[in-house]
Amino acid sequence: MKLIYAGLTGLVFGIGIAISGMMNPAKVFNFFDLAGSWDPSLAFVMGGAVIVTFAGYRLVWRRDVPLFGGTFTQPNSRIIDKKLIGGSALFGVGWGIAGFCPGAAIPALGTGRWEVALFLVAVTGGFYVRRLFLPARLTAKTA
Amino acid sequence: METVFTPFASLGGGALIGLGAVLLMLGLGRILGATGIMSGIVFAEGRDELSWRVAMVVGMVLAPGLIFVATGRMPDLDVPVSPLMIVVGGVIVGLGASLGSGCTSGHGVCGLSRLSLRSIVAVPTFMVTAAVTVYLSRHVFGV
Repeated sequence: MKLIYAGLTGLVFGIGIAISGMMNPAKVFNFFDLAGSWDPSLAFVMGGAVIVTFAGYRLVWRRDVPLFGGTFTQPNSRIIDKKLIGGSALFGVGWGIAGFCPGAAIPALGTGRWEVALFLVAVTGGFYVRRLFLPARLTAKTA
Repeated sequence: METVFTPFASLGGGALIGLGAVLLMLGLGRILGATGIMSGIVFAEGRDELSWRVAMVVGMVLAPGLIFVATGRMPDLDVPVSPLMIVVGGVIVGLGASLGSGCTSGHGVCGLSRLSLRSIVAVPTFMVTAAVTVYLSRHVFGV
């Protein structure tokens, strides 16, 4: 039951990604291309997502525990370090080069386009590059 | 390549992305971060941590097919860059998102909604580097 629920959650997220235009690299490039063919659509994606999540999280946190047990787990670090800033800066560079981000590419895999699969394999390669730089015990949990 | 400004589809899609994030918090008590989901599958730490992530990915990947069944066409996906750029961008995305502990979904949607200090630093960082990268590749190097 928990896994069916997780699958439906993924489906809702994926439909949102598809409808929003996030899985279309042409639209991603145009969102960032302020000096060229600017398309501000993706600001609306982020706006819609944050409004719903901001309000929804606060409703959900009125509960003591999640529906399927356990606890509400979230990162509570407040450390601003070189890893956070450098990693985020790099992430933006990669997003600006390829036009896909992981959350858009996973649902986009369902279109059957080879470019998406190539991107996700490359992202996985990037995870391994990171592991080679730092020992596993230093590997922080990702958000 | 010009794209059409889609404020309503993007806002609605964004709201569904947020709903997915809220449902995951409600059911499993977890942050919806695509990088964390992917790396949690690649570097799986036991069956419990693996199974819900795989279920989510399956749901996400089914989304474009469901949209095709409902509307008769796949979501738009135009890739105006070379396979080399997809690979280079993908590796940098994977490295950066794992170093920075999150991407557009983890830091962008969930982190901002939680008012996480780290995400409030990470999101403008990757938005700026993405915009600079797109500016350089389109208007300076003419890729």
